[in-house]
Amino acid sequence: MFESLSHLVLQQYWWIIVSLLGSLLVFLMFVQGGQTLFRNLGKNETEVTMLVNSLGRKWEFTFTTLVTFGGAFFASFPLFYSSSFGGAYWVWILILFAFVIQAVSYEFRTKAGNFLGQKTYETFLFVNGLLGTILIGTAVGTFFTGSSFSLNEMNQVNWEGPARGLEAAFNVQNLSLGLAVFFLSRVLATLYFMNNIDDEVIFTRSKKHLLINTIPFLVFFLFFLIRLMFLNGYAYNPDTKLVFLEKFKYLHNFLQMPFVLVMLLIGVVGVLYGIGSSLLKNKCTSGIWFAGAGTVLTVMSLFLIAGFNHTSFYPSSYNLQSSLTIENASSSKFTLTAMSYVSLLVPFVLAYICYAWWSMNKKKITREEMKTEEHLY
Amino acid sequence: MLASIDLTPLVDWSRAQFALTAMYHWLFVPLTLGITWIIAMMETIYVKTGDPEWKKLTKFWMKLFGINFAIGVATGIIMEFEFGTNWSNYSWFVGDIFGAPLAIEGIMAFFMESTFIAVMFFGWNKVSKKFHLASSWLVAIGANLSALWILVANAWMQYPAGTAFNPETARNEMTSFWEVLFSPVAVNKFLHTITSGMVLASIFVIGVSAWFLLRKKETRLALRSITVASVFGLLASVSLALTGDGSAKQIAEVQPMKLAAMEGLYNGKSEAGLVAFGILNGKEKRETGETFALKLEMPNLLSWMAYGDPKRFVAGVNDFTHGNPGQGILSIPEKVERGKVARQTLTDYKHAKAAGNLAKADSLKLLFKDKTFLDSKFKYFGYGFNDDVKYYVPQVPLTFYSFHIMVIFGFGFMVFFALMLFFSARGELPQRKFWLRLAPWIIPLSYVASEAGWIVAELGRQPWTIQDLLPTVAAVTKLDAGSVMVTFFLFAVTFTVLAIAEVNIMLKAIKHGTKNEGGTK
Repeated sequence: MFESLSHLVLQQYWWIIVSLLGSLLVFLMFVQGGQTLFRNLGKNETEVTMLVNSLGRKWEFTFTTLVTFGGAFFASFPLFYSSSFGGAYWVWILILFAFVIQAVSYEFRTKAGNFLGQKTYETFLFVNGLLGTILIGTAVGTFFTGSSFSLNEMNQVNWEGPARGLEAAFNVQNLSLGLAVFFLSRVLATLYFMNNIDDEVIFTRSKKHLLINTIPFLVFFLFFLIRLMFLNGYAYNPDTKLVFLEKFKYLHNFLQMPFVLVMLLIGVVGVLYGIGSSLLKNKCTSGIWFAGAGTVLTVMSLFLIAGFNHTSFYPSSYNLQSSLTIENASSSKFTLTAMSYVSLLVPFVLAYICYAWWSMNKKKITREEMKTEEHLY
Repeated sequence: MLASIDLTPLVDWSRAQFALTAMYHWLFVPLTLGITWIIAMMETIYVKTGDPEWKKLTKFWMKLFGINFAIGVATGIIMEFEFGTNWSNYSWFVGDIFGAPLAIEGIMAFFMESTFIAVMFFGWNKVSKKFHLASSWLVAIGANLSALWILVANAWMQYPAGTAFNPETARNEMTSFWEVLFSPVAVNKFLHTITSGMVLASIFVIGVSAWFLLRKKETRLALRSITVASVFGLLASVSLALTGDGSAKQIAEVQPMKLAAMEGLYNGKSEAGLVAFGILNGKEKRETGETFALKLEMPNLLSWMAYGDPKRFVAGVNDFTHGNPGQGILSIPEKVERGKVARQTLTDYKHAKAAGNLAKADSLKLLFKDKTFLDSKFKYFGYGFNDDVKYYVPQVPLTFYSFHIMVIFGFGFMVFFALMLFFSARGELPQRKFWLRLAPWIIPLSYVASEAGWIVAELGRQPWTIQDLLPTVAAVTKLDAGSVMVTFFLFAVTFTVLAIAEVNIMLKAIKHGTKNEGGTK
């Protein structure tokens, strides 16, 4: 079935899968956002315990999505894996470090003999929420702004400059995306808590913080998006494969791929509707679904304009011809074909995740449960 | 391909960081691999019998599993991304093959594991008994599936099957998914590794239970746990020995230098004996063939273990370094020369292409499909990166001692399981104080044996990241060594602190017993 597809179609198919995983990851980073809100939304230990346990039953989805996103990128676009991870060393190491300290924190937080104390593990979760979101957003920002690297004739990366990727955080465009992701994750977290926890006090506080975080999110996101439309983008000639700078490239991409523009618009409306209905209606708990789906569509549209329509998805600002495109950075046709068969499992995986999530969420988290549940974080 | 700067400190720190991460990761993974099966079996008995004691038991071991699992995840994520951060040339050179199992691991195994772990821990009162039981089994299957894919990837590094080199992209590309997945090395490695996890988990369960029996706490829990774990452990340890034997035969075939290091064999011989126990001499004496200060050797057994023939010639380290024409073994300098020819051909091809000399480029490109060139030159591609003969000899003492520790302990564990099962069947366990006192001390030994196995597998194949094709010096990311040193210590301190916390929490949870485990129907 996949054998009959051309290499280019397979590359496009895999860019869509990677984009989907990246978009799901941004949605699922409500876990990270929530980790920065424990002490804002919970004013006593019972309330904090409810919040921690609400996220504690979901954090592994986010973590696994991150790992799968990395694995899928490696399998489908290994030149990105080797160039970006090897090149922007410090950014990726800091991101990884933020996730290492998260992985133990839920399980160890309240356990007897945890050596570092409860507060330390809560700080770990906070650091993960702060660094994980901002740095991942910043790193994705370089998909549009470029990085300083070159590739030699054997496709080995050479990074220019000693900061090894940290310089990306000093670019206003990248940073605005990082901060937009950070505040979006907090927005999504408040919506998630409103849905997942059956408690008047936490609901009211979540609603208040929803508004507080929506404003900076919109400011940073709109700044990023509007500025992006005016940026020079990294285009390549489909025949010669030569990379060149094109004015308003990303605006052109939206206009030349109207389907992606529609995706962006529906996504943005979904996010705004999710936020708006939760703020304006009295007892709205479904905001997370609209904002979540909207997030997935919006982020996916950004990934698609980064990689489609003859655009370099990982441009080199140092040496244009070293820029990575879905054509020159991908795996062989054989591997993409084999992996495409594996991708048929994705709907099945999504289905059982939804079923398990639904089964577990039928009963909302309550103060009562925190007293009776034997396995608590 | 390589700059003229000395890459040794960078390679050493990068290797140290990977070894640190892998060894910490492996402190936590085998217990997960094994105990998930034991938990699923216990829960099955609970669902079948309805006896709440079994539920209590299930929940107790599940609690310990949860503590262990979290830190396994923490150390695991680093490993995946370190291929990119620290071994970026490797990631490109073999990413076309190596990336696939990693992605499949995520899609197929990690999601299964993480989804159903949530049900396993929090679903007791939220889902039906059967759905919960299914979740426990799915966690065990998911954990072991993840082991399958990462071991397929590891096996491919040891024995690169189903692949061809593409000079255009300067990388290896997959030619057969099934050859990668079902390579005999991969299948055997998977079985050997998961059974080692089952053995370790059984020892863990028996050790903890023995401690309870000695203190006359949780007696029923302990007796039942020992019965389940000793049956499971005995079966697993027999399978471990069989797959270990299979592994030795494969190493003789695909990594004979590793086999020589494992046995401290410098001068090859026919009817080679297996050194069951030995103390090695210093390096100079060893290289002259006077390898051991003391040894206990079983005649002909090495020839038999390696080739199934007690008379066969088994090559030693010196046969590989200096060559042995009688046995058809090339010397390392000869391989280096051939490797250089292969590398030069690739460089010439690239230059011809860049210069627009397409006729020359095409003829050179064709060489990479020519069987004679592939077998006589490209096969030794990796040797072209370093002239030093010593560079290609692995660390013999560490490989030798690790191998012997693994094997001796492994057989010891088999005897231990048989005895515990015997005592359990006769109802004598509470009276067997000596064995009960000994059992908790076997737990650290099982960890030592398990780590020793990986030392043999990985240190014994140095300097290769991909056997014969890519040595560490060509695989490493070009960073300054200081950066890697900083991240090495960052991770060393972090993992150590977290491991202390983990052990401490585990000990507290064990002392606490099943007090909070409910156990009502």
